[in-house]
Amino acid sequence: MSNDDEAILEVKGLKVGIEDTPILKGIDLRIPKGEIHAIMGRNGSGKTTTANVIMGHPAYNIEEGEILLDGENLQEMEPWERSRQGVFLSFQYPQSIPGLQVGNFLRKSVSSVRGEEAARGSDFRVKLNQAMEELDIPKSFLSRYVNDGFSGGEKKRFEILQLMLLEPRLAVLDETDSGLDIDGIRTVAKGINSVVKGTENGALIITHYSRILEHVNPDRVHVMIGGKIVASGGPSLAILLEDNGYDWLEEQIAKGADFQ
Amino acid sequence: MSEGSEARDAVGDYKAGWHDPENSTIRFDFGLSEKVVRDISQIKNEPEWMTEIRVKAYRHFVERPMPTWGNTKELMEIDFDKVCYFLKSSEGIGSSWDDVPEDIRNTFDRLGIPEAEQKWLSGVTTQYESETVYHSIREDLEKQGVIFLDMDSGLREHEDIVKKYFGSVIPYSDNKFSALNTAVWSGGSFIYVPKGVHVEMPVQAYFRINAKNMGQFERTLIIADEGSSIHYVEGCTAPTYSTDSLHSAVVELLALPGAHIRYTTVQNWSNNVYNLVTKRGVAHENAKIEWVDGNIGSKLTMKYPAVILKGEGSHAEVISVAYAGSGQHQDAGAKVHHMASNTTSNILSKSISKDGGRGSYRGMAKVMPKAENCRMNIVCDALILDEESRTDTYPTMEIANSTAHCEHEASVSKVGDEQLFYLMSRGHTEAEALGMIVNGFFEPFTRELPMEYAVELNKLMSLEMEGSIG
Repeated sequence: MSNDDEAILEVKGLKVGIEDTPILKGIDLRIPKGEIHAIMGRNGSGKTTTANVIMGHPAYNIEEGEILLDGENLQEMEPWERSRQGVFLSFQYPQSIPGLQVGNFLRKSVSSVRGEEAARGSDFRVKLNQAMEELDIPKSFLSRYVNDGFSGGEKKRFEILQLMLLEPRLAVLDETDSGLDIDGIRTVAKGINSVVKGTENGALIITHYSRILEHVNPDRVHVMIGGKIVASGGPSLAILLEDNGYDWLEEQIAKGADFQ
Repeated sequence: MSEGSEARDAVGDYKAGWHDPENSTIRFDFGLSEKVVRDISQIKNEPEWMTEIRVKAYRHFVERPMPTWGNTKELMEIDFDKVCYFLKSSEGIGSSWDDVPEDIRNTFDRLGIPEAEQKWLSGVTTQYESETVYHSIREDLEKQGVIFLDMDSGLREHEDIVKKYFGSVIPYSDNKFSALNTAVWSGGSFIYVPKGVHVEMPVQAYFRINAKNMGQFERTLIIADEGSSIHYVEGCTAPTYSTDSLHSAVVELLALPGAHIRYTTVQNWSNNVYNLVTKRGVAHENAKIEWVDGNIGSKLTMKYPAVILKGEGSHAEVISVAYAGSGQHQDAGAKVHHMASNTTSNILSKSISKDGGRGSYRGMAKVMPKAENCRMNIVCDALILDEESRTDTYPTMEIANSTAHCEHEASVSKVGDEQLFYLMSRGHTEAEALGMIVNGFFEPFTRELPMEYAVELNKLMSLEMEGSIG
């Protein structure tokens, strides 16, 4: 049995809307230290909203509930404060910033999130080189502009590069696997594992498909339908879902099956 | 965000707003008359022909109506009687840094000139109020035969060259403000680069307006003789004053056959300055003229660096950025006249408006009937940071030869909430995120600058972004 102070992330009774439309209708989620959790669901089920709300996207209204990181309420924090507290979001659609060089941006981000010391000198360079090698990112990447003209695969690798350099307490990965081929998924999974496995950090992987989960081995899998988590289980739940589909799962729940 | 407004309070409206007590030896009363013009010329001991040009220019200035385009409302608010047209701030021209009076040196210290000199300069001329107080040329430049003087000394020591070229690119009758400048000019730089000489390091000068209601009318003339090249850099900051100041410079460039002139400006006038500047170059056969022009600050800027492509195969490049904050109007752009065949031009104009500021691109591109196979490419990008701000584009193209190839692209963009959120999720405050977006937008300009200027400009824009979000 784990107790409250051992959880990295705790989401309690979270209800969220955008303008007048309710999207999340009461979410409970708990990620203990060192664990990787996955949320699976169809388009429009509320997965991306969950990720954005944890990061503090200003467009959403939290109507009820709370989000705690290491027991601390994130609600009043700006996105940049959450980032400095240890939250990281790998975006489904990373934004391009023309004219902002990747190398410069990485150094500034590491400095903001982990402190000036971490962004200085050879330690930073060594870590950067290692991470880029691990992700098969060429050196020339550093002088390009942030996400400007990147292919889909490059964008996703760049998100993981940032993840590896920022060393967050909690990594939230929003469909990082979408649009990647099998080699890309393997590379990205390697990056995620290197940040979480064997540490006290945690990760929340949001995905449509179980493919990435084969390479990451989540501790728990949650299924989201209509703004609610309708099922939770071990890694086998992902396989069950992949084999039978969301409609089948909904039917099973309607029949009274309990996947909690 | 409350953090933003605190930052604004701490920073204040203008970041370089210090000033030294005025310590002037000769100062004219406010206002302009033919007598003032003649007196200026007499104090400077000028040759008769210069006095006559000044007087003719003055008469033209009086008769010439205000421009009926641009920001006419702001222009009408200039009170020429409240401007002081001449101020001599130290005894003479310092031949070395130690000879420059201490309070003036302190001011320059804060602008970082001595360090800048060590790293970048091949020669310094620093305009303090109306006259140059400090001027040095590196020995290697002198050995190469390059003349680099303040304009007053240039007239004294090289009267023949000045007489030949002064007003040949921009006659006093060009516009009301070129007439005013010709009548009362003081200071500025005079540069002559002999045939085939390449000045490797950028040469630079700083200009400031320091005295209240001080008009600054510097006059710069650069002649690059055949096959020579030079990069001239001018940087400006000015302290804040409550009454309006007028800055009206004239810059003339002559690139003789095969010569290359690059003229870089980064200016940061305080937001009470009227900045009405005429800049024009003439490029002869296979010559190249580049204007790299950054306008940050001032109340109203009207400036359109121009190139006359007079010789076959000549090339013009105008890269400009403008930043308009609260109460500011940047009316900037470029002018290129293709007079000869096989001439080419590129214009890149980028503007940012914020807090109700207004940025306008005003461009004129002309191809004359006999100019065959000319190519021009014009790109204007505007970035608007809030609903109150404004951007306009006034492009004019007159193409009188059917073999010309012209391209024009314009874009207006806004900073997206998703962009800001993305950067904030990487630990950057809203102001920092905005600074990154804005500096990225200016990057095609910034990368053309000497390193120190690029760093300074990035810092300046980041400061400007603090407190910009409510």
